Amino acid sequence: MDDVAIVGVGQSAFTRKSGVSIRELCFDAFKEAMTGLDLTNKDIDASITCSAPEYDKQRTPSGLISEYLELTPSPAFYIESVCSSSTTGLRVAYSLIKSGLHRVVAVIGFQKMSELSSRDSAERMGRGADIMWEAPFGISMPSGYAMFAQAHMAQFGTTVEQLARVRVKNASYGAKNPKATYRKEVTLEEVLTSAPVATPLKMFDACANADGASCIIVASADVAKKVSKIPIWIAGLGAATDTMSMSGRKSLTSLSCAKDAAAQAYKMAGVKPQDIDVAEVHDCFTISEILAYEDLGFAKPGEGARLVDEKQTYVDGKIPVNVDGGLLSKGHPVGATGGSQMRTIVRQLRGEATEAQVKNAEIGLVHNIGGVGQYGNVVILRR
Amino acid sequence: MGFETFGKVSFTSETKAAAFVDYLAQGKVMGTRCKACGTAYFPPKMDCPSCPDSETEWVEITGPGKLIAYSTVHYGPAGFEDDAPYTIAVGEFGNGLHIFSRISKDIKVEEIKPGMKLKVVPIKLTGDRLSYEFQKA
Ligand SMILES: CC(C)(COP(=O)(O)OP(=O)(O)OC[C@H]1O[C@@H](n2cnc3c(N)ncnc32)[C@H](O)[C@@H]1OP(=O)(O)O)[C@@H](O)C(=O)NCCC(=O)NCCS
Ligand SMILES: [Zn+2]
Repeated sequence: MDDVAIVGVGQSAFTRKSGVSIRELCFDAFKEAMTGLDLTNKDIDASITCSAPEYDKQRTPSGLISEYLELTPSPAFYIESVCSSSTTGLRVAYSLIKSGLHRVVAVIGFQKMSELSSRDSAERMGRGADIMWEAPFGISMPSGYAMFAQAHMAQFGTTVEQLARVRVKNASYGAKNPKATYRKEVTLEEVLTSAPVATPLKMFDACANADGASCIIVASADVAKKVSKIPIWIAGLGAATDTMSMSGRKSLTSLSCAKDAAAQAYKMAGVKPQDIDVAEVHDCFTISEILAYEDLGFAKPGEGARLVDEKQTYVDGKIPVNVDGGLLSKGHPVGATGGSQMRTIVRQLRGEATEAQVKNAEIGLVHNIGGVGQYGNVVILRR
Repeated sequence: MGFETFGKVSFTSETKAAAFVDYLAQGKVMGTRCKACGTAYFPPKMDCPSCPDSETEWVEITGPGKLIAYSTVHYGPAGFEDDAPYTIAVGEFGNGLHIFSRISKDIKVEEIKPGMKLKVVPIKLTGDRLSYEFQKA
């Protein structure tokens, strides 16, 4: 199974307003990803650019990024699955390499959210729901997840304090991450008293819109062993969808696309939830992290919040989660986010996550969700 | 044509399901049903992918239903800022049929309880626009 590896990972700093162009953001990520590799841009025989086009001014950005990184004439593809775009890009890269069509593929994710005001971004996100039947009511991304939070609280007794503890944990790690948008610890009080966005979620329960880029270099086994000291193997991949509409969902207390994707990835990797040493999950909101604990099998349905109460998802807990600060601290440049999660897990498995290293991490997991549970990707990596 | 008058902001004008809005004007909220396999659809769908040759028919949603999940939106997206706070919700209307809508502002936020009985009622919005909302059943 060890036939496709990640050899390089990078990201730009994630910030509220970068002050540079998308091509330069992508370069920052590319530069870090190529550092220390016995590879040049000429060895990259395909690139996959990932973003959500509703936030972009540039149309068909794959061509532009390919030119700026001087990857032409290699083919350049464009992938979109909103917030999970760059892990969808990884899945495509894996297939391209497995098929033998390509040997080294760069997956580049970006988004410059500061091109739009947060209100205009919220409108675009509303149109990421069903535009005929749900967007006309004023649905937004926070309110979609807020319905899950409300339903989870009603069914299982999860509390706003428990949600807030997710932000407190992630902020404690965000404080140590030089590439995160928010680099300071927050108190439970600060989370609980922040402004309501969509009940029961408040401003500090939400990730911020951010500018940023990520880059993952994926290679076939023969190349990987030559160019990288510690290749990180893609052991399991899972991808699934659920309905665009909220009315189509069978459950509002769990994301079925995440559960389905996780089952596929665990099966392919031949591992179980308890084998995972470190995980990155899509905490676009505090509730999203609790749902992820349950959907990934780290906790039983309804018991996710206990993990954070008991500090089991801190760096020295049973299953450390988002010890880079998560989306909640890093900010969420939609197309770049999955790549940033991958970067963190690769650094953890290589033992390079100096800010918050999980001891002897060998198997890591990435959970990256598009929309309010429309697209789910789960990736399992192995040292 | 016809669908552009639906909801606070409509992003769709042309659809085979435009008669939905005419029914709203007559005081009815309608779903559809496949004549071949009997699948009930809400939101209405004029095509059945399982029986691509079949037709669908309009069926009135009667109810009552019950509230499954809701959220009061304080930060409205562009185009909806003036409406906030408003409460969006999903209700169950029998046989697993779910409806997404807003809860009427006549129901106080403190009175909203999961499981409460709802009916879905056509309403007029400003500017001759039509929609529907959940009211107490
Ligand atoms: C919560 C939200 C509405 C805040 O709106 P905003 O207009 O961007 O925020 P403001 O400009 O009013 O923020 C003012 C200050 O509040 C604080 N702040 C804002 N959002 C914050 C957050 N999520 N966490 C912590 N502090 C935050 C910061 O200090 C900010 O100052 P800064 O711009 O210098 O960083 C917005 O962040 C949002 O929509 N988030 C969700 C994004 C989303 O849904 N993404 C997709 C999810 S899958
Ligand atoms: Zn049918």
